Amino acid sequence: MSTVQSPEADPTPIVESDGKMLRQVACFAALAYLMFLFFSHIGTELTSAIGGIACSLVAVLLIYRGWSGLGLNRMRSDIVAAGIFIFILGSLTALGRFMESPWSAFFGLVGLEIFLLAVTAGWKEVRKAPPTALFGVGIIFIYIMASCLASIIAPYGEASVVGQTYMPWGSELKDGGIALLGTDQLGRDTLSRLIYGARNTVGVALATTALTFFVGTFLGLMAASLQGIVDQGLSRVVDVLMAIPQLIFALLILTVIGDGVLNMALVIAMLESTRVFRLARAVALNIVVMDYVEAAKLRGESLLSIIWREVLPNATAPLAAEFGLRFCFVFLFIASLSFLGFGFQPPTADWGSMVRESGNLLNFFTMMPSMGITPLVPAFCIALLTVAVNFVVDWFLHKMSGLKE
Amino acid sequence: MSDKNRGQKGDVLLEMKGLRIEGRADEEWIEIVHGVDVTLRRGEVLGLIGESGAGKSTIGLAAMGYARDGCRISGGEIWFDGKELRSASEDERRALRGRRIAYVAQSAAASFNPAHKLIDQYCESPVQHGVSSRAAAEKDAKDLFRRLQLPNPDTIGFRYPHQVSGGQLQRAMTAMAMSCRPDLIIFDEPTTALDVTTQIEVLAAIRDIVEQFNTAAIYITHDLAVVAQMADTIKVLRYGNTVEEGDTRAMLSAPKEKYTSDLLAVRTYKRDERPRPEAEQPLLQVRGVDASYGPVPVLHNVSIDIYKKRTVAVVGESGSGKSTTARVITGLLPPKNGDVTYAGQTLPPDYRQRSKDQLRKLQMIYQMPDTALNPKSRIRDVIGRPANFYLGYSGKQLTERVRELLRLVELEPDQYMNRLTTELSGGQKQRICIARALAADPELIICDEVTSALDQLVAEEILKLLQRMQDELDLSYMFITHDLATVRAIADEVVVMQSGRVVESGPKEEMFTPPHHDYTDLLLSSVPEMDPDWLDRLLEERAELAKQGRVLKAADN
Repeated sequence: MSTVQSPEADPTPIVESDGKMLRQVACFAALAYLMFLFFSHIGTELTSAIGGIACSLVAVLLIYRGWSGLGLNRMRSDIVAAGIFIFILGSLTALGRFMESPWSAFFGLVGLEIFLLAVTAGWKEVRKAPPTALFGVGIIFIYIMASCLASIIAPYGEASVVGQTYMPWGSELKDGGIALLGTDQLGRDTLSRLIYGARNTVGVALATTALTFFVGTFLGLMAASLQGIVDQGLSRVVDVLMAIPQLIFALLILTVIGDGVLNMALVIAMLESTRVFRLARAVALNIVVMDYVEAAKLRGESLLSIIWREVLPNATAPLAAEFGLRFCFVFLFIASLSFLGFGFQPPTADWGSMVRESGNLLNFFTMMPSMGITPLVPAFCIALLTVAVNFVVDWFLHKMSGLKE
Repeated sequence: MSDKNRGQKGDVLLEMKGLRIEGRADEEWIEIVHGVDVTLRRGEVLGLIGESGAGKSTIGLAAMGYARDGCRISGGEIWFDGKELRSASEDERRALRGRRIAYVAQSAAASFNPAHKLIDQYCESPVQHGVSSRAAAEKDAKDLFRRLQLPNPDTIGFRYPHQVSGGQLQRAMTAMAMSCRPDLIIFDEPTTALDVTTQIEVLAAIRDIVEQFNTAAIYITHDLAVVAQMADTIKVLRYGNTVEEGDTRAMLSAPKEKYTSDLLAVRTYKRDERPRPEAEQPLLQVRGVDASYGPVPVLHNVSIDIYKKRTVAVVGESGSGKSTTARVITGLLPPKNGDVTYAGQTLPPDYRQRSKDQLRKLQMIYQMPDTALNPKSRIRDVIGRPANFYLGYSGKQLTERVRELLRLVELEPDQYMNRLTTELSGGQKQRICIARALAADPELIICDEVTSALDQLVAEEILKLLQRMQDELDLSYMFITHDLATVRAIADEVVVMQSGRVVESGPKEEMFTPPHHDYTDLLLSSVPEMDPDWLDRLLEERAELAKQGRVLKAADN
């Protein structure tokens, strides 16, 4: 980014014609945003301000990328427009944060914009996607909307008591509003909690998966590239970790170090990264024997440079597919830990704990069906997202591997 | 196996009229074979020849009414012995395949199922098609193995594919294709993956067996000299069109089309040897190197000298230790004994201990340009990296250097600079590999079989390019190859290796003039020539020599 090239000096576009770079940036932005979401749970006011500034920086990056090749790629003007939009919103919110303006509305818009950006960059592919993948993308879009715009969409607050306990679907509340999905054991609006739960559960799951991949991939590629004692050491440690039943192990560690979102995320990341490690190592083992890696070694490149330049780009397809699948597992893991009471702590809404808290309502199914299926609603949300992500992952894998129908 | 319905020699067996085949690329169907006609009579051998992408294999498979994944037969008729295969049901076609039309693939090693013994795989097809019982098929297998001169014909069938050498496996595959005594066999480059010395045996075996059973064959290859030995008629293909078709001898003596004569003229490129400089210190010296992979010794006392601005060709069959020598020189495999000196200085045995400058001066070009280039890199990065890494070019200067290098290897910079390496043809990829080596500003380049994965016309251009680079940039080459035509074209000195030892070495002219070491003789005489009588003559000569007690045979026989 340090050298700004004028158009006449270099006629070749900086922007890759296939939009790969744009996708990368968009994904990076999405990741940054999700990391922020994660930190906003445990952090202070200041961190959210930093998040706003980070988003603005990403926007600048996008605008730069867009400008530099203007007129050569027809997606470009969208990107520039999107970049400017994000930039303005980002700055406003960074400021607004200090003035205590409603920040989550902004971040909702940013998240939405990033999603649109990612889709725009890959629009050609999305248009040709099979219906299942479109369904998956649509569902994920709705989830992102819900989680980002939670404070706007949700009729009531996450923890506010708005009525009597266990009111049935569609009951009228004290303030004259209607609780579409009834209320929970403390008289909080179930629908609102469901929407807030999307943000908490999905956001933390994504951040945890990102951490999982960072650790797993890095170590896996290291093991494959270095081989010998490093590989043996890491692989055996992973074997040991994998030998213990995951849930029991997680419960054990959480009992020792104490529960809470951060601890839960770290423990899950550690356990799930063993799977990623294995995959990354297996994939990389096939790559490090290629002649181009040998050529890089003979050139005298450092280990990190070989991993970054030669191995990682060729391992992205299976790793990206694994990311989707692993996300589902992490998501379910969080839900089950929360269900057991080790994850999110009240009053934070989250789907796993919602299932647990309203579980006994199932007993009323025969008397009042709508009341009885209430605990199944968050469970259904979990299932739906899992299915949607898997559809998208299938499609992605299909595309990357060049398989035919 | 009855010969009742065999028909007479000379009847038309296979006729393909206006065959059109489409391939799928980026969600679109693109025609890759544009209306080719093929007529094949019983007992006749048709040679299909052309460069990669000419559609030879696709046409060969279409003779079975089959199209590969991602391909479809879109037009024309395929008549096999009075039956139209395109309109036939899948069951009818399946009944023909294996039984009446058989297929021999390029790589027998990849085509045999590694989990089953050879004889089980041999018997599968006759038993499946109800041609014979298992016991009869087994007996037949042993008989055919004997006819194909496989060693221990009675027991070799009970081995697994990995326990048999490549040449033997290819013959076993031919026997397997013969198991139902088909009317037609399609040979798809059956000897391309083999050493020249092994190729002879396989060629002779295929020819004999096809003749004995009066089987018609389609022989697909890119090597005109090979097809000259095998085929009665030759069909030259290019870009899915017929270029020329005719009787083998007539075509070889008087080709009508320019493309055919270009193919014939290949291998004639030759450069005179340059005199060895007197009293000059060798640039690179390999002295008494022993090396091993684990406990298995592979190199025994190998010594090679390479002088400035000269090309040393290292020849030998696969497994002779050529590439291992290169690995020792580059430092990938530290030797057990002996050392490598460069311009008088001993190089550290392990590449990790060598300085950046030592690494820079010694570059390498690989056999497979596909695996030598990172498929996710762009060309500007591939070539730019060494220039940046060793010589510190950056920014505009680097871009300029990349353009310069691309022009040097005869590729248009604007067109190629931002492409991914996968968006190139084999020859272009190899040019990029050369450019990458040149970007380091080297003094010595090790070329490991750089032309063997390329089509012959392309290979020749690469050789010429390498020659021009040597003249312009004063490079030295160590040229590893099994192809003596390449050696003849480019070398100043020749080193012949066998089983990890240097058998003979010396200036090129001397090496190509008899008398030779037995092994050198074997290598030299095994290179196919365009003359259709070459194989007969060679086999006669060898039989004659065998009577005198000099047996010239490849190591795996």
